Amino acid sequence: MDWLLEETVPGGGHASLIVKRGQCLRLTDLRGGANVSLMLVNATEKSERLSLADTLKCQHTAKLTAGHCLYSDMGRVLAAIVADTCGWHDAIGGVSNADEVNSKYGVGRYQELRNAFYRNGTDNLLVELGKWGLSISDLLMTLNLFSRVDVTGEGALNFVSGNSKGGDYVELYAPMNTLVVLTAIQHPLDPNSDYAPKPVKLSLTQADRQVAELCRTSCEENVRGFINTDRFFL
Amino acid sequence: MTTTLNHSDKLAEHAVFRETLAAGEPWLHEVKAGQTLRILDLEGNQAVDTLFYSLADPRERFDPQRTLRRQNSLYLTTGTVLYSNLGNPMLTIVADTCGRHDVLGGACAQESNTVRYALEKRYMHSCRDNYLRACAHDGRLSKQDIGANINFFMNVPVTSDGGLSFEDGISAPGKYVELRAAMDVIVLISNCPQLNNPCNAYNPTPAELLIWN
Repeated sequence: MDWLLEETVPGGGHASLIVKRGQCLRLTDLRGGANVSLMLVNATEKSERLSLADTLKCQHTAKLTAGHCLYSDMGRVLAAIVADTCGWHDAIGGVSNADEVNSKYGVGRYQELRNAFYRNGTDNLLVELGKWGLSISDLLMTLNLFSRVDVTGEGALNFVSGNSKGGDYVELYAPMNTLVVLTAIQHPLDPNSDYAPKPVKLSLTQADRQVAELCRTSCEENVRGFINTDRFFL
Repeated sequence: MTTTLNHSDKLAEHAVFRETLAAGEPWLHEVKAGQTLRILDLEGNQAVDTLFYSLADPRERFDPQRTLRRQNSLYLTTGTVLYSNLGNPMLTIVADTCGRHDVLGGACAQESNTVRYALEKRYMHSCRDNYLRACAHDGRLSKQDIGANINFFMNVPVTSDGGLSFEDGISAPGKYVELRAAMDVIVLISNCPQLNNPCNAYNPTPAELLIWN
């Protein structure tokens, strides 16, 4: 692969970048057990944001993996999951805030720990959203890459440990200019009581539109989603 | 969490507010801390798409993911506490004769209808158009504030392999859910006009809204 950009986000870190129409972002779990909480926004019309509700109901799925599209609230595809060695990404768990992290892991302040201080997904995403003029109103339901939460027949939620192994990766193809806001932080339902978020590698490349055919044609809904997306660029 | 049916002893004649909301209409109303809101499915199998905001600061709003993980269950019923995006309890479900309500399915929109059904379905009425209309007239809320909502009376089961389906409603005429407010809230409802799937049994019908002190 000819990478335009390669960067490692340390555990607890946050980042954002615009993945341009026709580019593909690979996220790699370097050590296993990573979790990446993610928001997507249309980079040119930022009132258009990832809608996990629309994403799930349009494709009749509660989990997300290769072949699925990530929809905005405007019926367009912000990203298509064109490769996935992990098999399950979670749409249910969301991100913890400072209080939840404090009560789960204890106090971990910058004063004592310097850059190893305990961060939380909500604040990480708020900071990163803020850099683009976005606010807490834009922090909607987040996608947790590399994590799996099962639902029993009664509705109980069960976090599945070990869903992602070292070297597992997921690739997001952008059919529109998509602002990706993310943080590498533990899943709120991860039972591990130690604060130990894992690093992930971001790798950006130019891609052929053909890589998204798997997603575009995986169901009739996605054919229409891509038509809506292409109409944004007329 | 198992399904918990729980009836209310509140009498309609004691309500301080009582209104029938026709199918396909929006409703924006304040409910004060300590008041109880009943949403009643008058004719059965009617999805009532609902959002909650803090009256004091409408940027604080219902947070579906926090609500689900705090109760460790996908479905809402009696005992469910609805949490805000700041982590505060907003309302508690204190009575529920339906037993299951959805938070994954979201509200219908012109745009999502084009994806789900056909490009030509764009011009059918939708919940998110209702939300925008109510927000525009009220002035305190805008598109930015519209996140994922609760679908009262809607049945969207998730299977063990991660599948998701819109099932025929488990609601019936006269079923209701009651919520007691823990803070002053703005309630934003669209009485769902969706005609393309069984969430309203293909026949949207009125809902009744009652508030008690």
